[in-house]
Amino acid sequence: MDVATSYHASGSHADDHHDHGPAKGLLRWVFTTNHKDIGTMYLWFSFIMFLFAGTLAMLIRAELFKPGEQLVNPEMFNQLTTLHGLIMVFGAVMPAFVGLANWLVPMMIGAPDMALPRLNNWSFWILPFAFTMLISTFVAAIVSDTAGSAPNFGWTFYAPLSTTFGPPSTDFFIFSIHMMGISSILGAINVIATILNLRAPGMTLMKMPIFCWSWLVTAFLLIAVMPVLAGAVTMVLFDRHFGTSFFNAGGGGDPVLFQHVFWFFGHPEVYIMIMPAFGIVSQILPTFTRKPLFGYASMVYAISSIAFLSFIVWAHHMFTTGMALVAELFFMYATMLIAVPTGVKVFNWVATMFKGSLSFETPMLFTLAFIFLFTMGGFSGLMLAIVPADYQYQDTYFVVAHFHYVLVTGAIFSILAAVYYWLPKWTGHMYSEVLAKTHFWLSFISVNVLFFPMHFLGLAGMPRRIPDYALQFADFNRIVSVGGFVFGASQILFLFIVIKTIRGGKKATDKVWENPQGLEWTLSSPPPYHSFTTPPVVP
Amino acid sequence: MFLRWSVLLRLIVILFSFTSSIAHAEYALNLPRGASVVSTEIHNLHMITLWVCVVIGIVVYGLMVYAIVRHRKAAGYKAAAFHESTTVEIIWTIIPFVILIAMAVPATRVLILMSDTSNADVTIQVTGHRWFWQYDYIDEGFNFFSYISTPEEETLNLAPKNPHYLLQVDKPMVIPVGKKIRFLITGKDTIHSWWVPDLGIKRDAIPGFVNEVWTFVDADKPGTYRGQCAELCGTKHGYMPIVVEAKTQDQYITWINEQKKANAPKPEAANKTYGLEELMKQGEQKYNQICAMCHQTSGKGNPPTFPALDGSQIVTKPEHKVEQLRQIIAGKNAMPPFGAQLSDLDIAAIATYERNAWGNKTGDIIQPSDVKTVRDQLKK
Repeated sequence: MDVATSYHASGSHADDHHDHGPAKGLLRWVFTTNHKDIGTMYLWFSFIMFLFAGTLAMLIRAELFKPGEQLVNPEMFNQLTTLHGLIMVFGAVMPAFVGLANWLVPMMIGAPDMALPRLNNWSFWILPFAFTMLISTFVAAIVSDTAGSAPNFGWTFYAPLSTTFGPPSTDFFIFSIHMMGISSILGAINVIATILNLRAPGMTLMKMPIFCWSWLVTAFLLIAVMPVLAGAVTMVLFDRHFGTSFFNAGGGGDPVLFQHVFWFFGHPEVYIMIMPAFGIVSQILPTFTRKPLFGYASMVYAISSIAFLSFIVWAHHMFTTGMALVAELFFMYATMLIAVPTGVKVFNWVATMFKGSLSFETPMLFTLAFIFLFTMGGFSGLMLAIVPADYQYQDTYFVVAHFHYVLVTGAIFSILAAVYYWLPKWTGHMYSEVLAKTHFWLSFISVNVLFFPMHFLGLAGMPRRIPDYALQFADFNRIVSVGGFVFGASQILFLFIVIKTIRGGKKATDKVWENPQGLEWTLSSPPPYHSFTTPPVVP
Repeated sequence: MFLRWSVLLRLIVILFSFTSSIAHAEYALNLPRGASVVSTEIHNLHMITLWVCVVIGIVVYGLMVYAIVRHRKAAGYKAAAFHESTTVEIIWTIIPFVILIAMAVPATRVLILMSDTSNADVTIQVTGHRWFWQYDYIDEGFNFFSYISTPEEETLNLAPKNPHYLLQVDKPMVIPVGKKIRFLITGKDTIHSWWVPDLGIKRDAIPGFVNEVWTFVDADKPGTYRGQCAELCGTKHGYMPIVVEAKTQDQYITWINEQKKANAPKPEAANKTYGLEELMKQGEQKYNQICAMCHQTSGKGNPPTFPALDGSQIVTKPEHKVEQLRQIIAGKNAMPPFGAQLSDLDIAAIATYERNAWGNKTGDIIQPSDVKTVRDQLKK
């Protein structure tokens, strides 16, 4: 614990720093190297992107409200689905988890800040520029008749649709992906450096809060796969402008190679978006069951084995491309295997609940909804693993239902749970439990109205990414759209609740909840600008 | 502009139009059993997996609900302190593992069955284009193109929608029942995916690669089976449906013979001179079938990707006649070449139509012989 001892050794000098607060004015946010400031910026950025990409989703659902062309033409529709996906994945979910890591990891391990504070500042400030570049293409497409389309090939940007047929804005997209990738890698390095170096004396890895464990594993996944994504977009760039034929069969390349490279990134990516959620749920559940997490060690092993398996299942996204029988069998078995560690996690959560003393504050409600609905996404995931059946499900609304269950009611519900759980700690104020419960029930009911009928649509044969549909899909689509509008509107209530809590409210105690475990609850609410200037002692 | 201010108004209108009822809408909740050997096998696998999930779901959710109802703080329940049990962990690792093996066995069997494309009676090559399908009856030596036939007015809500809205084509694929049919699936420009749920087939149509799949429609299930492109392939991805008519062996043979006759070359057409009215009539039909997909029935196109033809220099200025024909035959930028799928007469009719439809009242007539001249030039 070098850092820890150096804080002790510097004696009175450390005390000078003890009380100094944030700089004044707007430049505080530009130059800050403070983990809480940066975490706050990440979370606000993520929320703004969530609302923007959510608005795109509302337009998609309005267009699909009934058959026929309603609001937008098919070209615009493809831009909406593409940007919705890209911004939700890279702009909303990922930065939200990085924001939570920034706020929580130093407080949870007893560190004063992140290990690499200036790098931290840079990794955040790359993001607004990357997304300005990406969204500028969409603005141009709306205001100008001659600018051409924004990216319109789906968030997966399969070649040759993005190479031969990609609009000029594809180059903006490529460079913004590069920037997002740099930001993610730097953020991941910082998390690893912090967790491995700045833990308080006595906090061994196996005593570490499970949220830190989940982020440690996530960070390694990020470092492993973001360069692969960078490689994929660079090859697309070269195919577009420099005469290469990586993905063009006419020049000796292979369009399917693109999908292999993309999903070698893409599958670990979906775990990057769910691992921290596992961590959050495992933190919150013990507080409101008043019972320690069941099977801490097996949770750590489950997270690690899911991370390992995530590298050897990528081709299950591309069964219909026509792989060799042996390859399809391998990827089917490997994919089914993921159900084992995922099952262990769900069973552990249920065992944590069992014979606990449960109370149902809003973070607990979102956590329970997560376990219910993420498991639902797990079931459809298991069904999708069965290759012959996958041939029917692939690229239909069944898949859309599946990944929205794991990403919205999985990842996003966990983020909402986390915000309600730690917001009193961050702001020093309690949120309004009545409003928060209203937000929960509106979200919980509408999200199921939104996504559950999509299973039926997919099984009945509705392909995804279509701007118009046959008449037999009309009734379910209308129900889905209504669910979508209510879910979208409910998140405005969340915005209101958060702002209200920041501005004031009942004072939160240091512990906030009845008996929460972890070092962050030993700090005041709100915590001091620098979390632990002298390391706490972990028994 | 894609999004106009009126969009907001229309959004409000849509929100309040709950009452609009849609004729012929049927509820479908589950994967179809389908008409082929494979689609039935897939349906059975799907049901097995679904029921396994339902049973596990009942156990897991049941325990959760039990804990939520019984082990509440509000009900005065005191928390137990247990938090570890290696035995339990081992049990719930092994049981799912065994269930998975039980599911993998039938899945493997069906997958092996599906991958056996040998000994087919009929072979048909399927080629995905932006945005229509091409069917080559390789053994019979003819091919044709299959375009969506839903009128544009229905899509734009100017006419009531027919029961097969967006799932109808001008010329369906025809296959015999009771025979093993092999499909060779490939793509012309970008990746498409040929999907007919009732046949249990979905396979990507990838440019430069050929995928093989097969089907065997039960002898007692002749009928019309519909599907759609399942891989995003650009603007009109949602508008390239698939229709397959499964006929009895006799009907199939009759159909094959008709096709062969219709596809025989007609040399006399090339040298004949046609009148304006005749070309306009044929041109309108072909234009609306093929060109309107991008340039719209109205000729207004969808700029900048798909330029307007109404008032366009290239179809109004006499000196651009050759360039017009060159572009139809050989393509330009986003426009694919149509030379291979259209006859000289078709192209002459389309070119004449474009020069006289909408505001383009040029009076120009393009003859099939003009098209032949340009074709010959392009070959050099």
